[in-house]
Amino acid sequence: MATAPSTQRTASGTDYELVVGLEVHVELRTRSKMFCSCSADWFGKPPNSQVCPVCMALPGSLPAINRQAIEYAIMVGLALHADVENLPNGKPTRFDRKNYTYPDLPKGYQITQMDLPVNLGGWLEIALPDGGTKRVGVTRAHQEEDTAKLIHRVDEMGVAHSLVDFNRAGVPLLEIVSEPDMRSSEEAGAYLRTLRGILLYLGVTDARMEEGSFRCDANCSIRPVGSSEFGRKVEVKNMNSFRSVERALRYEFERQREALARGEVIPQETRGWDEDRGVTVSQRSKEYAHDYRYFPEPDLPPLFLAPDWIEAIKQRLPELPAAKKARYARDYGLADEPARLIADDPSLADFFESALFTGYGDAKQVAAWMLGDLTRLLKAHNTELGSSLVTPSKLVDLLKLIDGGQISGKIAKDVLDEMFVSGKSPEDVVREKGLLQISDEGDLERACAAAIAANLQSVEDYRAGKERALQFLVGQVMRETRGRANPGKVNDILKKQLGG
Amino acid sequence: MALTRAEMDHLALLARIGLTDEEKDRMASQLGDILQHMERLNQLSTEHIPPTAQVIEATNVLREDEVRSGLTREQVLSNAPRAEDPFIRVLPILE
Repeated sequence: MATAPSTQRTASGTDYELVVGLEVHVELRTRSKMFCSCSADWFGKPPNSQVCPVCMALPGSLPAINRQAIEYAIMVGLALHADVENLPNGKPTRFDRKNYTYPDLPKGYQITQMDLPVNLGGWLEIALPDGGTKRVGVTRAHQEEDTAKLIHRVDEMGVAHSLVDFNRAGVPLLEIVSEPDMRSSEEAGAYLRTLRGILLYLGVTDARMEEGSFRCDANCSIRPVGSSEFGRKVEVKNMNSFRSVERALRYEFERQREALARGEVIPQETRGWDEDRGVTVSQRSKEYAHDYRYFPEPDLPPLFLAPDWIEAIKQRLPELPAAKKARYARDYGLADEPARLIADDPSLADFFESALFTGYGDAKQVAAWMLGDLTRLLKAHNTELGSSLVTPSKLVDLLKLIDGGQISGKIAKDVLDEMFVSGKSPEDVVREKGLLQISDEGDLERACAAAIAANLQSVEDYRAGKERALQFLVGQVMRETRGRANPGKVNDILKKQLGG
Repeated sequence: MALTRAEMDHLALLARIGLTDEEKDRMASQLGDILQHMERLNQLSTEHIPPTAQVIEATNVLREDEVRSGLTREQVLSNAPRAEDPFIRVLPILE
């Protein structure tokens, strides 16, 4: 196992490395909330339209555990190699109260799990930039509930106030805590992408960072390379994309390194990432007197995770990225990189497997077009693969046109562009735009003769031994035929016409 | 042993309760009495008694994942000290 430490020398000559642990919160995609029967599908719904006495914490209401949420949590535990099976070992999983006062928390406490979480321990494997892999430990994954949503406003009298929407309060949240095993911002990014892929395969969350169903806080510190002790932990919050997590960690590494170089002590604190300014800012807040006074939730009886329940869930687990990647390499001969890129992203894997399900045999070609031109188009049009007008079978039809010699690979790129925008089949695009490759030998010979007649200087150059002149003539023919000629054939015909 | 003023300030902040000096003094002594009683209980040997978190013996009480309708917005907002339809309005929270 290789590592890619992010180290840099300071003026004093010390090499430092970054140490990162990540806390990820994901909203589980259950139908109802964690402890009541309100809809958990809160995003974009009219404010305060999905609430009840339980999630509003009205007196006398009692919570009840959502079975599906626990199943999802167990699925995540199994996929992350947690010790979930060991919990029945005499001890149940249990819920606890975390007490703090904040307007987004109607009960005055959050129901969460402290010392007996659903999942303890585990790991996942990330790919490193140098091609190696690394195992990142997972400390725990515990079940809790989301808070309400706050909106900050100033009214017409100039009075600052906050507005509360409780639709999100009580939505099942799974907190996945990693070990401080990452040593660079790139490793942190790889961990997040890998974890998100696994969660998407499991189908337990839609993991949309921009909608808040996948959130990440980072604990980071720096230390001299070779030291086994940790520096003081700085918690960074408010990062809204994988890219901002990586940027924030790079920033923190530099900031802490410079502070140490100046002989300063790095205080243990919480800092917020400012995306626009590209800096982290200390969040010194008296409001946060961290004194949570955890105690067992008396309203929820303990939960024994029966081994046969866990076994039944295990049987239903889908194929996960690591197994998929291995299968793509074994069955389709894909190289490491494309196999991993496709396997890590469920929407890519679905597309890839659907394309091959048509019976088309050239998997490498499918992968190359997906990761190349199709990805380019998705990025350029800011579209997700799931809503792309180019379906797997249409891409396969396009590749068949190339294989059959009807169009060149170069023309195929233009055809794909048009398919992407219009949703037309490749055959229609080729017919409507007149892009069929010229296969008639006579037509090609006429086009070559015309190119020779119009470029006598190049003919002379070629005869004088300049090979590049021939390429120029091929280019001229391709231009005249708007790319519909087969360059190989043109090359042969030109040579023949120029007398070998 | 009465609680110190600093402890009272901390507790009041955690509970978001505004207390006058006179109230803090009174509660400091009352809470001190309660803690003193806890200290007495702490003297009992509980070595062989498992901690009690729940008083009923039920385990594994689970609810099926089904959606039911809850309160109307009118009902929700009528319970709030201050509303700004469709939201509940609170004092400014700035992080």
